[in-house]
Amino acid sequence: MNESKKSFLSGLRQTVCVTLILLFLCGFVFPVVLTGISSAVFPWQASGSLVEADGAVVGATHVGQEFTKDYFMKSRPSAYHYNTYTEDADGNRYYSDGTEFGGLASGSSNYAPSNPALVERVEADIEAFLAANPGVSREDLPADLMSASGSGLDPHISPEAAAIQVPSLAAASGLSEEELTQIVANNTQGKLLGLFGEETVNVLGVNMEIAQAMGILAKNGK
Amino acid sequence: MLQLVLTIIIYLILVIPVGRYMYHIAAEKHTFGDPLFDRIDGAIYRLGGISPRKGMNWKQYALALVGTNGVMIAIGYLILRIQRLPLFNPNGIDSMEPALAFNTIISFMTNTNLQHYSGESGLSYLSQMLVITFMMFVSAASGYAACVAFIRGLAGKTKDNVGNFYADLVRITTRILLPFSLVGGLLLVWQGVPQNFSANIVVNTLEGTSQVIAMGPIAALEIIKHLGTNGGGFLGANSSTPLENPTMLSDLIEMYSMMLLPGACVITFGKMVGESRRERLSKENALPAEPASLTARIFGREGRSIFAAMGILFLVGLALCFWAESQGNPALADIGLSQAGGSMEGKEVRFGVAQSALFTTVTTSFTTGTVNNMHDTLTPLGGMVPLLHMMLNCVFGGKGVGLMNMILYAILAVFICGLMVGRTPEYLDKKVEGREMKLTALGIIIHPLLILVFSALAVATAGGLAGITNPGYHGLTQVLYEYASSAANNGSGFEGLADNTAFWNITTGIVMFLGRYLPIVIQLAIAGSLMKKNFVNESAGTLRTCTFSFSIILVFVVYIFAALTFFPALALGPIAEHLTLWA
Repeated sequence: MNESKKSFLSGLRQTVCVTLILLFLCGFVFPVVLTGISSAVFPWQASGSLVEADGAVVGATHVGQEFTKDYFMKSRPSAYHYNTYTEDADGNRYYSDGTEFGGLASGSSNYAPSNPALVERVEADIEAFLAANPGVSREDLPADLMSASGSGLDPHISPEAAAIQVPSLAAASGLSEEELTQIVANNTQGKLLGLFGEETVNVLGVNMEIAQAMGILAKNGK
Repeated sequence: MLQLVLTIIIYLILVIPVGRYMYHIAAEKHTFGDPLFDRIDGAIYRLGGISPRKGMNWKQYALALVGTNGVMIAIGYLILRIQRLPLFNPNGIDSMEPALAFNTIISFMTNTNLQHYSGESGLSYLSQMLVITFMMFVSAASGYAACVAFIRGLAGKTKDNVGNFYADLVRITTRILLPFSLVGGLLLVWQGVPQNFSANIVVNTLEGTSQVIAMGPIAALEIIKHLGTNGGGFLGANSSTPLENPTMLSDLIEMYSMMLLPGACVITFGKMVGESRRERLSKENALPAEPASLTARIFGREGRSIFAAMGILFLVGLALCFWAESQGNPALADIGLSQAGGSMEGKEVRFGVAQSALFTTVTTSFTTGTVNNMHDTLTPLGGMVPLLHMMLNCVFGGKGVGLMNMILYAILAVFICGLMVGRTPEYLDKKVEGREMKLTALGIIIHPLLILVFSALAVATAGGLAGITNPGYHGLTQVLYEYASSAANNGSGFEGLADNTAFWNITTGIVMFLGRYLPIVIQLAIAGSLMKKNFVNESAGTLRTCTFSFSIILVFVVYIFAALTFFPALALGPIAEHLTLWA
């Protein structure tokens, strides 16, 4: 009896001690050490890859934004509007469509392919886009621009989705189509090693250059 | 297509050295890191009063595992309940309510990482570190420890010693998980994953609106999330968010992180079993004259056929998922939106259809549960692949248990073949008899039982039905997916499901718990039973399990068993949805 009690106690001690040691090592030391090394070696990335213009932070390279002005390139639809919101005088916060902003979030509305709500949403987006981009036909729309991303924060659109917006952007911004095409090319990234993933256009990057070309931002603002 | 082939070829190259390293750790052989790690481990053993050389039998080992996990659950639950304290909590997150905290802590301890909260609003940085990151390390280490003990049992060098659980837990954490995480974590930061303790920031956009951007110790969680095949994201939308997974390269790093160790487990198995066999044969001077082939030397003879079977299952699933997603959504084609590039709803532009299909198949085969696209929005057949692979739960599988499940199927396969030719079945030179077969049958049946019974319960009760958010057949798939994910300790979800309710929190909590610990205990019992037996010599009537034809038999046994148990449910869910959508 005494023997089994002793072995139980020694087992309990090992169990509790090993838990506390690993808790300290994995749950505290590891994240703190990684933060320390990261902030020394990759300080810009570690603090969120933030982008500045005219001395103020306007966004993050890797996080998409919602754009509504007609002279800015549009991102993909997002159930959370890329966590972009406006605040009224009373401190109430709203998404661009007038619904209430519920705080930081990510994700999509998770419509199944067979869900009629998906077709409804896409149809509404297509009609709105065609109205804003006369001359574009429905068949030419790239699927990515009319579908929501998984994260609701996708910073990219496909090169086709960028190209199709150029004529209406030119009309609204006063920039030439050549100039805009060049801006898109500046912000296009190829596949990794030419093989992996897809070609992408960073929408925030494009819009910053548009703003600079239009004189909304200072030229050297990056 | 080419990029998928290349991704897999690179994996096959990378898995070899990692498998070798893991074998050296498991078999306590010399590695280059010993001078450093021996000191660290020695200090931990002294502090914890652990005698690493003291062996355990399978019962003591299982008890130590369950007991340690129990203590971890208690501490983690406590932290979740008091996380509102102003300690590493710059965003002012409130404490978690009991049912959700119960679900969360079971979820992370069992390596499931099913998340009924959203990281952005549900957890403080303290909880993200001390609960989530910590559990990601130790739940993975517990799984691998169980697997290593299981392999020692099968290798059968001794009659009852399967190793020391505490020593295994510590060694796997300090020698594999921590160093790999440090390197991988830095690579992720380099690619743009944030790693800081700042509060979320609010920026003024070019249009004059405000945008709030998430911050935090994301990279630290992100790397172990994949390496430990955990899968629970820092943010709600997991690795589809550009904060957790900003580039194609970060996507590859995360994917390889989750694929390497489960594959390495199979190599460890093959090498340890092979070494034990060679030692035995050389004692009897019965070593075969011809040298082993290259693949047999890399994977071990028995490991090779298991690896091949898993590989075939994986490739079949990947092909189906990629094909289905490339077909697009006919409902959208009907309103004139071109689907030539495949179905992009719920997918990120930087990954596209191909890398999304691959990640989806990988995360459910290797039972991680991280997602780089939303599985709820996958096409019906594309979404059936992840569901099926969680139902099989042996296509590599996560943290060691996938291998253990596959061994059960291997035992079942030799049993069925034995029945056909009328001989006592043998596996790894041991006779498989009544006791092992009963345990194997039990081990295999638990998984479908948990999934199907609880799904039936959910669709029969108001509390379960309330969670379904998509109409029609897809609603049933949402339910099946949630329980398959819980029982397989995967943790991905058809995220549309409104699952943060008492019903879903408690039922999935129970399923995760049973789905984790029952099979581990049963599998250790099988190993404990097999190791007591004497070795039998191979004869002309022995079914050779180290051949490619055995791999094929294994694949069929897995598929037939899945068809017998899951086909009716799959027919009512994804298959019916596919047929109506394409009608």
